[in-house]
Amino acid sequence: MALEDKVVDIIVDKLGVTRDQVKPEASLIEDLGADSIDTVDLVMTFEEEFGESIPDEDSQKLKTVGDIIAYLKSKGKE
Amino acid sequence: MHAMSNGKIYAAIRGAGHYAPERVLTNDDLAKVVETNDEWIRTRTGISQRRIARPDEYTSDMATAAARMALADAGVAPDEVDLIVVATCTPDMIFPATACLVQNALGCTHAYGFDLSSACSGFLMALETATGAIESGRVRTALVIGAEKLSSITDWTKRETCVLFGDGAGAVVVQASERPGILSSQMGVDGALADMLSLPASGCRHPASEQTLADRLHYVHMSGGKTFKSAVRVMADTAVQVVRDAGLTFDDIDLMVPHQANLRIIEAVAARLEGDLLPKCFVNLDRFGNTSGASIPLALSEAQTLGRIKPHDKVLMVAFGGGLSWGGIVVEWKP
Repeated sequence: MALEDKVVDIIVDKLGVTRDQVKPEASLIEDLGADSIDTVDLVMTFEEEFGESIPDEDSQKLKTVGDIIAYLKSKGKE
Repeated sequence: MHAMSNGKIYAAIRGAGHYAPERVLTNDDLAKVVETNDEWIRTRTGISQRRIARPDEYTSDMATAAARMALADAGVAPDEVDLIVVATCTPDMIFPATACLVQNALGCTHAYGFDLSSACSGFLMALETATGAIESGRVRTALVIGAEKLSSITDWTKRETCVLFGDGAGAVVVQASERPGILSSQMGVDGALADMLSLPASGCRHPASEQTLADRLHYVHMSGGKTFKSAVRVMADTAVQVVRDAGLTFDDIDLMVPHQANLRIIEAVAARLEGDLLPKCFVNLDRFGNTSGASIPLALSEAQTLGRIKPHDKVLMVAFGGGLSWGGIVVEWKP
């Protein structure tokens, strides 16, 4: 499965949103209804799924779906 | 995995009891004191209300009430008790130990006792300690109590924390047994993360002064997001380990009693474990909030009262708290 699909699957599962809502420009908090605990849980799930530790200073910058995909790609994930 | 009648002394839970103060403080009540609302608190924490002790009602009083119920459930007389361990981060006084006040109130004339300080994982550490004392043959009957008056260390001006905590107590009677009751346990601490959850003053580092009062150092301080992440990881890992060490799978677990800090933490832990564990999780934090050391025994005793725990059930307990500290224990209930 492509990285994009995995990321979308995780967001759909955790936030209970539909796939077509999870657009690259969608903000986790403003568009997808995540609260602060959801964002921590999502980052933990990405860490577990992709085997990559995401430090707090990085995770604070991950605001949109596209930010997450670009970040994981920058760490060599695919 | 455990041979019977091989002369080894095992430890087993024989009774449970709990006590919660009468006064109910709802989320709507809190919304009158700090800038918050019922919906925000419920969706972030799962808590709807908490109990608050009377001004003249102390940790030792709640501990004594819970212990009385546990002794009655076990059919054990106070003078049969050899050891009293009170897990608390809100003792009546720095010393004497709350356990001494409980000993006197109950009339446990043959017991020694002490308080155990390990915040939210204190009860499991106390149960582990009592188990060791019993398995060594030095003690036959122990009262293991978790009791807290967290309202006395809650900063009622801080909406991030004051919505979380409540008062209460729970207790179990642990006795020497021919059949294993405590099946496995795992405890840990990581003092590198001591600042994540703390009550900075009242100890020797910051003795009470006008400055410590002004800086509000006599209250609970917590770093929320980091705590969530650590709590979920360590509770899930510990649960996996103790279930495996007990020679069981998650299918064999009849009830999981996690520390009642936050429903979102419990959900995130359950999601990381094999099988559909959430329906097996006992949750009463909606009505009691986080009662720290009291949380697990209060839940155990209430679960028994409600028929959710029966003799021979396999019960998994996991906790996480300031220290950082954590623990997990699997028991066979009243084996």
